[in-house]
Amino acid sequence: MDFELMINSFPKLLNATMVTLKLLSASLFFGLFIGLLFAVLRMNKNPIINKFSYGYSYVFRGTPLLVQIFIIYYGLGQIEYFRSTVLWVIFKEPYWCAIIAFALNTGAYTSEILRSAFQTIKPGFIEAGKSLGISSRIIFYKIQIPIAIKQSLPAYGNEIILMLKGTSLASTVTLMDLTGVAKYIISTTFRPIEVFIVAGSIYLFMTFLVHNFIKFLERRYKY
Amino acid sequence: MNIFKKTIISVLASLFIITNVYADKIRIGTEGAYPPWNSKNEAGKLIGFEVELAWSLCRYMGKQCEIVEQDWDGMIPALIMRKFDAIMAGMSITAERQKVISFSQGYADEVAQLAVMKGSSLEGMDTPSGINLSLGGSDVKKALKTLTAALAGKTVCVQTATIHQNFLDSGDVGSVNVRTYKTQDEVNLDLASGRCDAALAAAVAFTDYAEKSGKSVVLVGPTFSGGAFGNGVGVGIRQDDTELLKAFNKAIEKARKNGDISRIATKWFGFDASM
Repeated sequence: MDFELMINSFPKLLNATMVTLKLLSASLFFGLFIGLLFAVLRMNKNPIINKFSYGYSYVFRGTPLLVQIFIIYYGLGQIEYFRSTVLWVIFKEPYWCAIIAFALNTGAYTSEILRSAFQTIKPGFIEAGKSLGISSRIIFYKIQIPIAIKQSLPAYGNEIILMLKGTSLASTVTLMDLTGVAKYIISTTFRPIEVFIVAGSIYLFMTFLVHNFIKFLERRYKY
Repeated sequence: MNIFKKTIISVLASLFIITNVYADKIRIGTEGAYPPWNSKNEAGKLIGFEVELAWSLCRYMGKQCEIVEQDWDGMIPALIMRKFDAIMAGMSITAERQKVISFSQGYADEVAQLAVMKGSSLEGMDTPSGINLSLGGSDVKKALKTLTAALAGKTVCVQTATIHQNFLDSGDVGSVNVRTYKTQDEVNLDLASGRCDAALAAAVAFTDYAEKSGKSVVLVGPTFSGGAFGNGVGVGIRQDDTELLKAFNKAIEKARKNGDISRIATKWFGFDASM
């Protein structure tokens, strides 16, 4: 065990953790909107909208995240026509490719979490709102969404943790996140065990924080 | 002794017997993703210059061999952890690597060069056709200066943990934007897609890609040798494995004398890259 290497690599890995956190927060931010949108579309009575939303979540939950990020990064880059469009400005950057892949992936899972949360809302709550003459839009924003968020907290906390670990795949598209920098240090020191122990501990610590934050929210918003 | 203990002991014993049998076999690690040095055919079989050379060297050593596939970025750790006994994977002999493993004498020369897509502004750089960083001198300095100016603000792509990455990180050509990839295939893909302004690797890796993909990849600037680029490609061996090192050195000498190395090199590279 080379403890000196572990101590020396710690600050570099901590710096790289910022990249990981940026990727995570951006993906979760966009993913939450995507998830909410598709959860609502999923409950739509129109079969085309309904099936489209189901198809999205089916495809993104049914394929590995690594395959998705490779298709978005290397796959789209191979299409010459695509490279001539405005979209290439975004897709040229590995950073945006990673965020798009992560957001679409977590969006699919979030839509399922929210959908099941919406469906577990007791009809009595909505009927109570209707009987008071509240419009269905207000019922959706003021009753359904808050209850759904509370219901989905434990499952969503899980999704955040999965996504946190998923961001390590960003290193496969050249980004220097926590895993990317760990691999870089290994490539010059040839000591994988020490470096991965430090990197793994940082991931573990972040998971610990997320886990406790979600627990705190769960306690706070108990009803 | 009950039957449970007996089973455990016999299983353990058989494990020892198996490892002893395998100890006689030399396991050689290669990447299988760096054509024409080493790669895989459609059937998934390992092929290439080093695969064929490995069989030839094993015949000279009179030993049984097994070729093991290993990702490039874990090649040296895997050797140290005894997943195999020798590396033949286009690995250049550098001072940095020699701190952790030994190398046999070199068997082939890897010529590194920059590649760009046709029409790039980097085409037509005014540099000598080749520079040796170990020699230094005004020619080398001038060429590095030209490269520094040409590559300023450009994204240069390399495979991770390679001499090419070490060279770009060394600051000899200023602070270029270096992007690292797990395999050379991925470097080639991103060079073709335009995400990389240039890429640095063995010149043959680019010509091989241009030939197979039909993409208009062109080599630019000088060929590099010496310094961070090391002194040829050799067999990587654990430092405490002195017997095996001797055996490989002897085999390489014999293969060189009999013209096997040049024959195999010419077959795979199209020119004699042996040394």
